[in-house]
Amino acid sequence: MAPAEAAGGGPGPRHDLLRLLTCGSVDDGKSTLIGRLLHDSDLLYDDHLAAVRKDSAVSGHAGGQVDLALLADGLKAEREQGITIDVAHLYFSTSRRSFIIADAPGHEQYTRNMATGASTADLAVILVDAAKGVTTQTRRHSAIVSLLGIKAVVMAINKMDLVGYAEDRFDAIAAEASGLAGALGLPAPVCIPMSALHGDCIVEQGASMGWYDGPCLMEHLEQVDVGRAAGPAGAPEHVDALRLPVQLVIRPDQSFRGYAGTVCSGMLRPGDDVRVEPSGLITTVERIVTFDGDLDEAGPGRAVTVTTADPIDIGRGDILCSPDRPPERAREFTATLVWMSESDLVLGRDYQLQQAGQRLRCRVTEPVRRLDVDTLTSAPAPAMRLNDIASVTLRTDAELMFDPYEQNRTCGSFILIDPSDNATVAAGMIKAATRAAHIVPSAGRVSPQTRAQLLGHRALTVWFTGLPGSGKSTLARAAEAELAAAGVFACVLDGDNLRFGLNADLGFAPEDRAENIRRAGEVAALLHRYGAVVLAAFISPYRQDRDRVRNLHPAGTFMEVFVDAPLDVCEARDPKGLYAKARAGTISDLTGVSAPYEAPAEAEMRVRTAETDVSEASAEIVAEVLRRVREPGGGTSGPH
Amino acid sequence: MTRPTTSTPPPAPPSRPRAGELPDRLQRLEDESIHIIREVRAQFSNPVMLYSIGKDSSVMLHLARKAFHPGPIPFPLLHIDTTWKFSEMIAFRDRMADEIGFELVVHTNPEGVAAQINPFDHSSQHYTDVMKTRALRQALDAGRYDAAFGGARRDEERSRAKERVFSFRDRLHRWDPRNQRPELWNHYNGRISAGESIRVFPLSNWTELDVWHYIEANGIEVVPLYFAAPRPVVERDGTLIMVDDDRFRFEAGERPEARSVRFRTLGCYPLTGAVESTAATVPEIVAEMAGATRSEREGRVIDHDQAGSMEEKKREGYF
Repeated sequence: MAPAEAAGGGPGPRHDLLRLLTCGSVDDGKSTLIGRLLHDSDLLYDDHLAAVRKDSAVSGHAGGQVDLALLADGLKAEREQGITIDVAHLYFSTSRRSFIIADAPGHEQYTRNMATGASTADLAVILVDAAKGVTTQTRRHSAIVSLLGIKAVVMAINKMDLVGYAEDRFDAIAAEASGLAGALGLPAPVCIPMSALHGDCIVEQGASMGWYDGPCLMEHLEQVDVGRAAGPAGAPEHVDALRLPVQLVIRPDQSFRGYAGTVCSGMLRPGDDVRVEPSGLITTVERIVTFDGDLDEAGPGRAVTVTTADPIDIGRGDILCSPDRPPERAREFTATLVWMSESDLVLGRDYQLQQAGQRLRCRVTEPVRRLDVDTLTSAPAPAMRLNDIASVTLRTDAELMFDPYEQNRTCGSFILIDPSDNATVAAGMIKAATRAAHIVPSAGRVSPQTRAQLLGHRALTVWFTGLPGSGKSTLARAAEAELAAAGVFACVLDGDNLRFGLNADLGFAPEDRAENIRRAGEVAALLHRYGAVVLAAFISPYRQDRDRVRNLHPAGTFMEVFVDAPLDVCEARDPKGLYAKARAGTISDLTGVSAPYEAPAEAEMRVRTAETDVSEASAEIVAEVLRRVREPGGGTSGPH
Repeated sequence: MTRPTTSTPPPAPPSRPRAGELPDRLQRLEDESIHIIREVRAQFSNPVMLYSIGKDSSVMLHLARKAFHPGPIPFPLLHIDTTWKFSEMIAFRDRMADEIGFELVVHTNPEGVAAQINPFDHSSQHYTDVMKTRALRQALDAGRYDAAFGGARRDEERSRAKERVFSFRDRLHRWDPRNQRPELWNHYNGRISAGESIRVFPLSNWTELDVWHYIEANGIEVVPLYFAAPRPVVERDGTLIMVDDDRFRFEAGERPEARSVRFRTLGCYPLTGAVESTAATVPEIVAEMAGATRSEREGRVIDHDQAGSMEEKKREGYF
């Protein structure tokens, strides 16, 4: 952060910005403190003050005096009830700095609002009532501040007037507050004694506490240096690793293609190699384009547009990162959740997880360990309710790219959205992947474009799904032969064949079927990455499993073919005698007979094999495949 | 609430900084706003940017140009024309659309025109409801916009201080301050169902002073009414109202007199108070603000016509 300008310059254009969170309740005198900061710094407009005077007469809680708390309480309900129910943002400048205060309510029922305010704050001011000392509320505030990763903390020991401005009282509270911070892993807080009501040690020291030789609150806020790195100071290497999540592609015409996004950590320079996740491809930064001209470098926080040396496919949700230090990737990880909705968390239910450009379906799984913010202990809990904080495990339907929250605030955090009403129901901070945490996949320079040039066509996965006996394998084999004849590198993945080897350990229970498809999908994606046209024939009865395989593929390079035949037709064909065995009771869990089949709702193609013969159906599929892998633009468009 | 401790004019900023050389504070605000604007383009299918022609709109427009450079602004700008805007504003609007080359959509409430709703015969509440709030809802419905940018700042007014950057509106464009989506880090939730929409405020964290410093640093052109010049005004209940055209209704004994005035905000001319000033350049305005004791919206009659006034209007769909 740039050093503050010398005093006396007025609120110049060049001074910097500090975002702070104030935690406390009406009882602690927090709104009074904020009002006092603005009032004593002479930062109040007369008409704003006049509005407060008017409101003080109607709904003031300061016994006839001007109630400075009303400055911060913007909503009518708050003014009437004398409480703060939402995060308010207040803005003021002094000769040294501009400040944005996120004023969060302090009561337990507003934990979510405090977490919200904390998520963007550089510094937290925690109010402590000198008459009460460190309370459970102080513990709760400190825990949330610690959890959200704020590293600069001020303990404002307020209402010193109520304890006769006694130095020993302040020393005792400061010692306890510092001990609490230490226990929570916060750095030593700056403790300041004050009386917001009378104005002591807010802007001016005043005469009441001659024994105090530290800074007044305003002086401290003007001078404190908070680092603005992605993570806390002294955190390991990832803090410096480049992370640029791509927001959108800027492509006004054929001559320009740039990737727009905000650098969340690390440094970007033209000529640097960058790795594109999740494809793992490496390319070189060509230009950092802005409206005001190209930049030589761009650091954390800068919103830029990047062009690359190679014409590789990059889109929203991709992350540009340091070649040797990509973010972690996992489908299962642990995180701390703050629950923000009136509706309780339902374990096993689908939620949307959003982080930067990534949006994934996810489920929260057991165990849930709820944090008791008053005692700072955690215990197993059946679910989460509004304002609960808990440690949980999440499982996503595709890989999430992330860094642990303590290393990277943006790439380590996420929100959960309830798909039924689109409400934001939780905020999450990622701890670690539950497995394979430290595997860094190697990266190559051979792009899909190069492979497509070598082979003369692009990669595509064609996924045949349908009942046993519907004709999946027959169609896949026919198409394979025709494609080979047309010079296409095509290969069939067949369910039964895979069950001889890779999947020999799996049965037919729902979880085994899911694992069967997961492995088949991974193999398909692997072959796909190397340029093949994969023809995969699997019953794959569950929509969720098929969608998971789809999500392993870049958009537009996966094509689902619903091989549709009525059950009686399949049963009449019964090429493997499965239906006969199922009817005789010698096998259980046969799809269509004793296990469900979820037909695709939006397959790219539907082939009715009861009405079409094999060569006709195969020709139709082959024509569509050739269109997609050979025609210009055929790989990215298509009916999906 | 930005009033400085001293009235010493600040040093003038460089007129046109080199790339990447905005001061830390303005750079941080600019980056955040560009991020928000891009996020809207990425998350929504049919956004629109409200263009009120004022200084905040001018900054927002400039940020939109920066966000998609070297491409064009990928959404239209919408102006709600009450027919009572300052004539200089309309001329400025049309020239900007022409020079910058954005798509401009202008809408006026035809029912209001038919009923001859005007700020002289009707109360400011009724006039604003018909010609601004309802007109806006009509235009948003007609365009089937799923996101609408507004230039409002949280420092303007107490209820705005609690509004989200992505602010949810139901099918009737209503805001429910008690039921807002929590907004954390820079993960903005833009998911909506059909017919619902999001109002987006990219300048949420800017102050009036930031806006002027940014205008100066980037050489952004604004409507000349912001700069002091001799203009015909009448004083009414302590407010200076400019006589902008011959539709003005004089009350008994009123006569326009030329005074050196400027405007801190721009709206409908019969409802917008001028301030006496000699500040004719941006640095002079900034210097004048350093000594200001009144907030910019004080001149807006509509903010003060009932208790909790702005909150009520916002609930109904006003920006």
